[in-house]
Amino acid sequence: MSGATVPADISGHMLDLDEDEDLEVFSKNTSLADGNPMPNSPDSMVNQFRLDEENEEEQQGAINKDIFVTVDNPESHISAIETFITYRVVTRTTCSEFDSSEYEVRRRYQDFLWLKSRLEENYPTLIIHPLPEKFVMKSMVERFNDDFIETRRKALHRFLNRIADHPILSCSHHFKVFLTEEELAPHRKLGPGFLSRMSETMRAMANSVRGLRSKLEEFAVMQAYVDDFSNKMCSVDKVTNRIIKEHREYMDELKQYGPTYFQWAESEELLAEPLKGVGSCVERCSKETEEQIQHLSEVLVPTLHEYVLCADTLKAVMRRRDNIQAEFEAKNEALASRTTDKEMAVATATGGLNDKERESKKLQEEVDDLADRVEQANNALRGDWSRWRTSMRADLKSAFISTAAKNVDYYEKCLAVWESFLLSQRGESMEQRNGADAS
Amino acid sequence: MLCISYNFIHYVKPSLELPGLFSVVRMRIASSADSSSNNSRSQMIMADSGSSDEVAVICNTDITSTESENNLINTMVERGTALLKKMEISVAEADKRTGKNTVNMQETYTVYLIETRPAESVSEEGTPAAPDTLWRRYSEFELLRTYLLVTYPYIIVPPLPEKRAEFVWHKLSADNLDPDFVERRRVGLENFLLRLASHPVLSNDNIFFLFLTEEKGWREAVLETGFQDKADSRLKSLSAMFRVKNPDKRFTALKHYSEDLSTVISQLLRIRARVADRLYGVYKVHANYGRVFSEWSAIEKEMGDGLQSAGHHMDTYAASIDDILEEEEHYADQLKEYLFYTEAVRSVCRKHELIQYELEMAAQDLSYKKQQKEELETGTVRIFSLKGMTSKLFGQETQEQRESKVAALEQSIQEGEDALKEKNAESQEFVEKAWNDIERFNEQKEKDLREALISYAIMQISMCKKGIQVWSNAKECFNKM
Repeated sequence: MSGATVPADISGHMLDLDEDEDLEVFSKNTSLADGNPMPNSPDSMVNQFRLDEENEEEQQGAINKDIFVTVDNPESHISAIETFITYRVVTRTTCSEFDSSEYEVRRRYQDFLWLKSRLEENYPTLIIHPLPEKFVMKSMVERFNDDFIETRRKALHRFLNRIADHPILSCSHHFKVFLTEEELAPHRKLGPGFLSRMSETMRAMANSVRGLRSKLEEFAVMQAYVDDFSNKMCSVDKVTNRIIKEHREYMDELKQYGPTYFQWAESEELLAEPLKGVGSCVERCSKETEEQIQHLSEVLVPTLHEYVLCADTLKAVMRRRDNIQAEFEAKNEALASRTTDKEMAVATATGGLNDKERESKKLQEEVDDLADRVEQANNALRGDWSRWRTSMRADLKSAFISTAAKNVDYYEKCLAVWESFLLSQRGESMEQRNGADAS
Repeated sequence: MLCISYNFIHYVKPSLELPGLFSVVRMRIASSADSSSNNSRSQMIMADSGSSDEVAVICNTDITSTESENNLINTMVERGTALLKKMEISVAEADKRTGKNTVNMQETYTVYLIETRPAESVSEEGTPAAPDTLWRRYSEFELLRTYLLVTYPYIIVPPLPEKRAEFVWHKLSADNLDPDFVERRRVGLENFLLRLASHPVLSNDNIFFLFLTEEKGWREAVLETGFQDKADSRLKSLSAMFRVKNPDKRFTALKHYSEDLSTVISQLLRIRARVADRLYGVYKVHANYGRVFSEWSAIEKEMGDGLQSAGHHMDTYAASIDDILEEEEHYADQLKEYLFYTEAVRSVCRKHELIQYELEMAAQDLSYKKQQKEELETGTVRIFSLKGMTSKLFGQETQEQRESKVAALEQSIQEGEDALKEKNAESQEFVEKAWNDIERFNEQKEKDLREALISYAIMQISMCKKGIQVWSNAKECFNKM
């Protein structure tokens, strides 16, 4: 199966064809791939990725997508206790990890939240695409408003597909469970529970209070970037929403403007025709404005919004990485102070040497483990960082290009409308001139 | 014969030259060498020096605002007038003066420079002769117009540009001393003078001629005409509440039409101003993109250049709305002129109503007198009168008394018949002259407004083309991200 483009027979069913971003990410990525031969089987690819984390930047381009997910068909469920929406999640895969090649399950938003937190736990320094927010306070009051549901559905679809695209995350056990198990509830109970999560959080808090000994330059740079990026995304998002607001107000006025020309035409004779012409031009343009607003709302706004959320994700990832390092440093310091104790103990009592040695050894092992963990976390982040940067660039680039293209299209359509009016008037004036000359 | 030398409307696409749908030869008189004003000249209507009676119709739809931003889109389809053949007229400049006003207080006011030049001088090669100039302030224009309204009650007298800015949207200033407002008013005043100069009747008025040529002593000359007396009767016609028994249907229809037109144009202008305001908002917000992209580009490596240059285009886009809306003000001004014209139309209708009413009164008066006479002669009392009743009750008059009454009545009837004949003639003359002018006005209105709509379309086209260019450029930059 070629990985360069989405196989034609599947594309119609699998990917939501609105999601140009996903398609473009693929094509961009394959062009970036350099040197690596296209793997033949999903299995081989998966194994390769498990071993070779370093080569991720190269291989992300060559990734063969073997898990195709769609999220659709929202339905509301009304029970005695609550009302909620479920979405249909359809998976088609050739991955050998899966028992079957097709799955269909229904999931609710909480289930997605569960998946995300599981993934964050298992892969603390990987960058996971954000979920849509729980609720939007600003405009929508109703949770079950159609637009809201549709926006959320699209975002959930993107979320799952980003995971399916990810070389490491797509192999996650929890991801598989999410896609395949009929009932998620039993699985949600397993795994590190609430208490362990609590202790993790508390450890993290304690570590952050202590602060880091030293931070690698590259992560300090990354942190600074993440903070700036977050600011910029918020600004762009704000500006875009403001533009939409202004456009809406403009369109509202246009809707009153056009009819005035028609009204005037009613009391005119010769002027009626050009007046109606202008009136209908204005009406056409206001329809185009409506489409323009819709495009902005459907393409640019969700993308920007997701990257605002991404920025928060990045901040969390950097925090977790810092915590892992802090934990290691704390244990390391404890070990160091232990060692001097040990020397003193050796000096004083030779009898308890074995116990002390065993304890020190155990501590040393723990420190080594934590050191490994830090190493792993840093590498994972490094690899995912460049992967994320590439897809960020591609996503935002394509959203902006699409917006600019739509604006060009808008003006071209309006231009055509006015030009055809002008043409019709020219015809009129020619007639009049002929008439005048004749008389 | 009316010949319209009306060529084509030419619009220039900013980046490419397109063969125009229409193209016009825009006649711009070369500014005289001594003009140092920054204000570009608007056009003058110049009589054809050719053999026919034509006047070149100038239709400017050139949308590049770098050229003259004062070009009124004026298509005056006028018959050649003697005045226009003699001279070119323009309102060249505006200036500020301070002086004492009627209540002896210092005030600042604007004066306008009127230039006139004998028509022949232009057709010579080389620089045209220096024009004669004089300064007038707005109140003098008003005086001229009032004089014309009174002296030619059957003529739809062209309106003046507004005294105070109306239908402003937030960016537009409502201040009378604001330079943009002054400039637009200058153009409006010139248009007013040109309308007068091309009117078949008004162009021959001597007071108008003196207005253009005699700075001093003009006011006195106007007052000497004694038009003030007639002004009173005109005021009466405007404010009187009288009912005409047999209104002329054509005038009634015209009055209703002008009322409708006034309402609908006002509404249109109001909404247009709101649309302009909103459009301004849309464009200006994009400047924020410029700022944010620029800041963002500083933290990006590969994306930086694309973002930065895209940001510049956003700034260009935001800035472009100023010129666009400035041009649209010309369209608004053209509509405003006709809004104000409806006033003049209505006052002609009301004047006619007054004449009609006076005619009816005269006829009624006459018929009453005739009846009285008849009664006296036949002795029958058909018309109730106190005198009649008292004479019935308290005795008859003598034969002598009756005969002298009849004689007096006959005299009165004769006078009444003369008066009626006079009123009839007056009415007929008024109606004839008025309808002449009304037809001329209708033709002018239709051509002008049609041209205004066409030029509005051209403005929209220009705006769309600018939009296409900016966003295409931005798209290129995004491509480089």
